[in-house]
Amino acid sequence: MHVELRDITKTFGNLRANDALSLSFAEGRIYALLGENGAGKSTLMKILSGYQPPDSGHILIDGQVVTFETPADALRCGIGMLHQDPLDVPNLTVLDNFMLGRHEGLLPKRKAAREALEAHAARLGFHLDPFRYVDSLTIGERQQLEIVRLLSLGARLLILDEPTTGISAEQKHTLFSSLKRLAAQEGMTIILVSHKLEDVAALCEEVYVLRGGKLVGHRLMPTPIDELVTLMFGQSLPRPSRGAHSLGEEILCVESVSLTARRLTVRDLSLSVRSGEVIGLAGLDGSGQSDFLRACAGLQPINSGQILINGVSIRGKSYAELLRMGVAYAPSGRLEEGLIDGLTLAEHFALARDSGIWIKWREAVALAARQIAHYNIRGAPHSPVQTLSGGNQQRTLIALLPDNLRLLLLEDPTRGLDVESTAWVWQQLLARRDAGAAILFTSPDLDEIVTYSDRVLVFCEGRATLVTDLDNLTRNPAERLGELIGGRSL
Amino acid sequence: MDDVLVRTLADIVKVGAPIVLAAIGETLTERGGVVNLALDGSLVLSALAAFVVGTSTSSVIVGTLAGISVGSLIALIVAACSIELRLSQVAVGFVLTLLCRDLALFLGIPYRNAQVFPTTFLPIPVLKDIPVIGAIFFNQDLFTYLSFIAVAVAWWWLFRTKAGLTLRAVGERPQAAFARGVNVNRIRYLYTALGGSLVGLGGAAYTLGVLPTWSDTGIAGNGWIALAIVIFGGWHPLRVAFGVYLVAGLRTIVTSIQAQVPPQVVELLNALPWLLMLLTLFLVSGPYLDRLMKVLPPRLHPPIRTLLRARPPSALGTVFEQEGRS
Repeated sequence: MHVELRDITKTFGNLRANDALSLSFAEGRIYALLGENGAGKSTLMKILSGYQPPDSGHILIDGQVVTFETPADALRCGIGMLHQDPLDVPNLTVLDNFMLGRHEGLLPKRKAAREALEAHAARLGFHLDPFRYVDSLTIGERQQLEIVRLLSLGARLLILDEPTTGISAEQKHTLFSSLKRLAAQEGMTIILVSHKLEDVAALCEEVYVLRGGKLVGHRLMPTPIDELVTLMFGQSLPRPSRGAHSLGEEILCVESVSLTARRLTVRDLSLSVRSGEVIGLAGLDGSGQSDFLRACAGLQPINSGQILINGVSIRGKSYAELLRMGVAYAPSGRLEEGLIDGLTLAEHFALARDSGIWIKWREAVALAARQIAHYNIRGAPHSPVQTLSGGNQQRTLIALLPDNLRLLLLEDPTRGLDVESTAWVWQQLLARRDAGAAILFTSPDLDEIVTYSDRVLVFCEGRATLVTDLDNLTRNPAERLGELIGGRSL
Repeated sequence: MDDVLVRTLADIVKVGAPIVLAAIGETLTERGGVVNLALDGSLVLSALAAFVVGTSTSSVIVGTLAGISVGSLIALIVAACSIELRLSQVAVGFVLTLLCRDLALFLGIPYRNAQVFPTTFLPIPVLKDIPVIGAIFFNQDLFTYLSFIAVAVAWWWLFRTKAGLTLRAVGERPQAAFARGVNVNRIRYLYTALGGSLVGLGGAAYTLGVLPTWSDTGIAGNGWIALAIVIFGGWHPLRVAFGVYLVAGLRTIVTSIQAQVPPQVVELLNALPWLLMLLTLFLVSGPYLDRLMKVLPPRLHPPIRTLLRARPPSALGTVFEQEGRS
């Protein structure tokens, strides 16, 4: 089966997630679709597997144009997708999950289904107990179940979205060897969606690289990793020179901390941050960098080790106590976590600053008006916060931060902001730094991290590596970080 | 077994029938991820509709159909408000339940204790002659038989058919069901309407079977009991039926002894079912179930887990939206 994507375009609002993409997948070959977060990989694969229609462009199977209304349509045409978080029903057994979506009459033939399940699993070298509940399986086993199910329903092209996140090395080995066998012996087409360069090098024969919704490269493997990294992250500008600023006393001290992120555990993390320092936290989505920020804010428990702020352990302290110690945390979900949908700016300031039982409305409105002028927010004290634009919401969030801060913990502080707002936000943050605060921030944008950080902590597969010599790197620093994020050690 | 006990048990089964029907209906609805909180008001309004139509046509069948129509119509309003308008199922259901109850009380004024609908017992030949069992289960009216059938068919449908598996998947993880080619919202409409018709049938069972007349009291409140029993029953038809008979049984006992005991005891006994339910929920949701599972062989896990489940369907009360489409 030969599958071709022709001029696929998909936009979300102003964002062109896919911009006239044309890719071709031949029978029996293993492809990689590479790109950093937001490059448009997932969108393209959702279009190919029938979850979303493209705005324009066509999908061709063996030269015939096909359109998919639903993922079931795509599977009938032989295209199956394995999601990063396997799309199964956790509260059903393996056998029930396998039977769901099979074409049969009212009364399922459990015995026949069980035999089919076991036969397909054996063919792939997987072992699956039909009576186990799916929620007691590991991610790796759930992937195996999904692959078995898709194959039994006649998938000829298998899309795997980040399949190696959260599975063991042994499961990865089993998965890769069965995928290779499927391609070589049965003529299956495999598409691996990934940003892990090692996986791509180990499995794939051809690579498509996306950046910013555009196809920027098509290479046959083996291709030097350096070249792929350059394609993925682009040629970024040299690191701007930084004005010298003095570092003060130690503010944050992290001693061999272990903490559990969504899928993995980050172990043995140690870090010392001094006043006037900016630390960038880099890593793929969900590698633990956001969890580390939350842990420093006392919002997430740590497994072992300790976190000291101004020499005091934060164990058992609430965020409110830390706030009084000069710590502030700003989440990336501005309206979800940072601001309160439905309250006005004045109400936000009253909530953040006023203590006591009665709200001093006059003072709150005056404070809001002062901050609006000072931070150049486009809005009035009585504007409901959700009516502001993203940039103005971010300004509000920064305006709400108390004055005498020691430690700022920021999750993707410029998410969704345009260039001007981004520059403004950093101007404010660096002013805080010059006043003696230490800043820790996460960002999916490596250029932002390289530009503003004094040191960078790279999170990858449960390890956190500190990069200190950004200025002395001979090569492009963003490229070096890209490699670390992709799992290549120093 | 003595006659009094057999008669009491037969009575419990009969009195429990409307609640069994309503609770089984709600079980099916909630298994698909929709919570029909309008159940109580729906029960009262469909009871009135069944009574009015039943007495004016002198037909149990036509009256029952009227009750079923009202019940499914109200359920469809809940489903449509959730699926089409994305309103909160809880909010819509809550308002509807109050509205329907008050509407029924208002419209029912001319029919208050007006007459008694003639119920017909339908003893089942041969089966009714089985000692004890026959007298309890097979010498009943139409609605009681229907309640038995509802329990058995609901269990079989949920756990033995492909359609039941699909329904459970829709209530647990609609995205996964959708990926397997299921039209999630159509399934939700279907089972909400089906559940609503069973609630309507339960309403008809009151005014055409158990009471069998229209009265302001005696119906309202039972819908809430049915809702509570669905939770206690872990969304499992057999456990739900057991819960209903437990409550109905204690009520019957209380009614028969209330003349002889102080009122405090009566009230305590009335509260007993709820305490038992809390205790059961505590036992099945605590660590005890996990410990039990560790001892048992894996082959027995599916039926045990299904029977002792305490967790609601994961997608209960949520709206399903297909991403990337509007």
